[in-house]
Amino acid sequence: MHPLRSIQKLLLALAVFCAVSSSAFAQAADIEALVKALPEGSYSDREKVVFDLAATGDERVAGLLGALGEGDLYVRQADGRVVTARRAGSDYTLRDALTGEELGAAPSSDIEKIRVNNRLRRAVSSAMGQLTLMSPDAAVRLAAAQSMLKTADPESLDLLNEALGKETDAQVKQAMEVARAAIVLKTEADAAGKAAAIKALAAHGNRETLAILTGALTTASPEFVPAIQQGIDRIEGRLAMWHGLQNVWYGLSLGSVLLLAAIGLAITFGVMGDINMAHGEIVMLGAYTTFAVQQVIRTSFPGLFDYSLAIALPLAFLVAAAVGIAIERGIIRWLYGRPLETLLATWGLSLILQQSVRTIFGPNNREVGNPSWMSGAFELGSLSITWNRLWIVVFALLVFAVLLIVLNRTSLGLQMRAVTQNRRMASSMGIRTPWVDAMTFGLGSGIAGMAGVALSQIDNVSPNLGQSYIIDSFMVVVFGGVGNLWGTLVGAFTLGIVNKFLEPYAGAVLGKILILVFIILFIQRRPRGLFALKGRAVEA
Amino acid sequence: MGMKLSRRTVLATALAGSLCLAAGISDAQEETIKVGVLHSLSGTMAISETTLKDTMLFLIDEQNKKGGLLGKKLEAVVVDPASDWPLFAEKARELIAANKVAAVFGCWTSVSRKSVLPVFEELNSILFYPVQYEGEESQRNVFYTGAAPNQQAIPAVDYLMNEEGVERWVLAGTDYVYPRTTNKILEQYLKDKGVAAEDIMINYTPFSHSDWQTIVSDIKAFGSAGKKTAVVSTINGDANVPFYKELANQGISAEDIPVVAFSVGEEELAGIDTEPLVGHLAAWNYFQSVDTPQNGEFIDKWHAFIGDDKRVTNDPMEAHVIGFNLWVQAVEKAGTTDTDAVIDAIVGLETPNLTGGIAKMLPNHHITKPVLIGEIQDDGQFEVVWETEETVPGDAWSDFLPESKMIEADWTAPINCGNYNTETKTCGGGS
Repeated sequence: MHPLRSIQKLLLALAVFCAVSSSAFAQAADIEALVKALPEGSYSDREKVVFDLAATGDERVAGLLGALGEGDLYVRQADGRVVTARRAGSDYTLRDALTGEELGAAPSSDIEKIRVNNRLRRAVSSAMGQLTLMSPDAAVRLAAAQSMLKTADPESLDLLNEALGKETDAQVKQAMEVARAAIVLKTEADAAGKAAAIKALAAHGNRETLAILTGALTTASPEFVPAIQQGIDRIEGRLAMWHGLQNVWYGLSLGSVLLLAAIGLAITFGVMGDINMAHGEIVMLGAYTTFAVQQVIRTSFPGLFDYSLAIALPLAFLVAAAVGIAIERGIIRWLYGRPLETLLATWGLSLILQQSVRTIFGPNNREVGNPSWMSGAFELGSLSITWNRLWIVVFALLVFAVLLIVLNRTSLGLQMRAVTQNRRMASSMGIRTPWVDAMTFGLGSGIAGMAGVALSQIDNVSPNLGQSYIIDSFMVVVFGGVGNLWGTLVGAFTLGIVNKFLEPYAGAVLGKILILVFIILFIQRRPRGLFALKGRAVEA
Repeated sequence: MGMKLSRRTVLATALAGSLCLAAGISDAQEETIKVGVLHSLSGTMAISETTLKDTMLFLIDEQNKKGGLLGKKLEAVVVDPASDWPLFAEKARELIAANKVAAVFGCWTSVSRKSVLPVFEELNSILFYPVQYEGEESQRNVFYTGAAPNQQAIPAVDYLMNEEGVERWVLAGTDYVYPRTTNKILEQYLKDKGVAAEDIMINYTPFSHSDWQTIVSDIKAFGSAGKKTAVVSTINGDANVPFYKELANQGISAEDIPVVAFSVGEEELAGIDTEPLVGHLAAWNYFQSVDTPQNGEFIDKWHAFIGDDKRVTNDPMEAHVIGFNLWVQAVEKAGTTDTDAVIDAIVGLETPNLTGGIAKMLPNHHITKPVLIGEIQDDGQFEVVWETEETVPGDAWSDFLPESKMIEADWTAPINCGNYNTETKTCGGGS
């Protein structure tokens, strides 16, 4: 090789290297200065810092901003270094926020959290949208597109166009197109472009695009107003249809909660005729069993948390059934045929149960977590269906089906029906009626306990849990027809749906009153409820 | 309802009976100054009020360690009004007439306070009321150590308007006097600020409402009108947990539609997984997370007293701390626990609050307080994102309601009136 040429080459390489490294150095210093500025100043100053950071385009910034949004970013007090901190025992393990360099552990007094408010969080998620739009992960790109739709920042239009050209995933592409349309609507694009954007938004037709169109209505130039208005009308028309469907779903979901609360009572009150005022408290015991199970799982087997409800269900059944049998053996069996005394005794019992739970677990709400499969929602058209409600509907129907099978297909069920229809004859046939009574009451209570597991997912777990359901449960059983399980099912769902259709018009308070009035009138007309039981049992 | 009342009554009477017996025994040993504690230990409100009972026992214990008051030991007389409003009046009477307490610390709901007012007036005793309330009241025998609407609701709305740029408002509350009055004030305030009537949605729900699907989806629909929307929540007690769960499940995050609550504190959050709620707001005058030496010392002592370092502290607890310290000072200044002397002595007294400021008892029997806006964190605590620069004096009669803006309360001479009309210069309220 010619020596001169090689020297030339070397010099060139050196020059290039110097240029690159000095610019890289300048940028690094720049980022570091920005990071240093992150904890200081007002929220609006810091919002600017977030955008400046995002504008550097440095790949480390995404991780940094992500940590900021999550609230994992801290300042080390000794040297003002910005770090990410994760809790490890009583201390925190620190890493440099930018480089990820390990900085060892520190007690919480050595670091100060960088405060984030909603405004800053919004800035972070919009910056993250720009930074992660090209991410290899489709889910991340989708989230990025959605966050761009929310901010609709005209400056990110070029970026979005670029991403749109590369996008292959249909769902992400659609989200990007909607975001692009929202941005175009804000910019000074030509008339054709704007008209296309309005069309795209109207075609997508959900609440978010409705919000964008409604917002644009006031700012858009007059020539577009009719088109926008048309788009809004179109979306609203579609949403109105979904709204009806949504009310039915909410009604079913409320109905399933009523069904769960009432189904145990349908056995003890409906089939056996015992007025059990402590029914609500048995539901509460089921909820507290769930709490206890989760508590054990949290401390000893954290990996099992998603199965906690499955573990709690049989336990809650057993606990509640045991308490139920004890109540039947200890109190109710001495009071058969004396409804007023039963009512008073079980009522006193409900107070005792409530106060004992209050003494043992404290008067405060206990935290029962939702397993991951019970959190969040999914979209069905424009209907957003929450997972916990869906599972509760499924669960309520399942419990109902199992109960029907037990009553109609097992020997215990046969004996139960025999005893309730004609106690003396059943006894003459060799059925141990006291045993059947205890088992029936245990079954009804056990099911109430299982209902408690489900209710712990949507309501407070507090000593007052039972109180709020006892009235509703009696209402459902009486409305549906005492002694008839199908009546309870239909009654629960009817009341749920009627309630949900009334609520938007009458409000929650008046809605509830109207339902009560409706039931009173109904009972006047049909004293035995929807499905009256026929036969000798009624006269007995 | 009738059944509910009587079953609570039975329980409460039994409990109170045993407690009175205990009080009677210790009475014989030495002469003490008795302090009444009137908080529900059973029933719906036990969830919030039990902690306040413990707080009072803690404060009295602390004072006795310092040698008591006027050379005598303090003694707590605890009764349980069992979340039953008429029973509050009965128990108050029992405390004052039978137990001869020097002052009573108690009540939570406005309706319980209203039910005991005539008793305190008739028997001329003192009540310290520690909870934020709707205002429109000032009574000679009552000291309001919680926030008046101008110390909580109005600054919170200002914050949302200025910092978050909110233009559309949902006022959601439980259906009783505090939310209704607060929302009335807020609605007027928003309209004065130029918010159109169609940009305000008001919604009420019954106590312990648990099915929030329709309302949350209504809020979602209301929020999709192209303007920044926020929810101002006066939802009370246990209805909050299902409300926040539904918000989280329907995917409403604080970045889209923030909820600012006036009745949700550390105690209420203890029952929820707060991960999905991060960023929702609460307006109070105290948060456990406030980093001051006074607060740190208070929390440490409280944990030591209660024997559980997981127990949270909250705003009404701080109100009791302030109220108790002011009362102790007033008794020392007056040299007696006599009601009239204490009422005269207490106005103008100052005591440090736990957030680094000074609480001063004003002539209208309200106190000065800082206003803090906190965002919910994933550990169930609040992080202060905004606070007033100085403490705000409590205003008994709202300046934003036409029927009460000319009314002032002043329990010092020469006015000596709880509803003095500054226009007609007479004592006796509005037109």
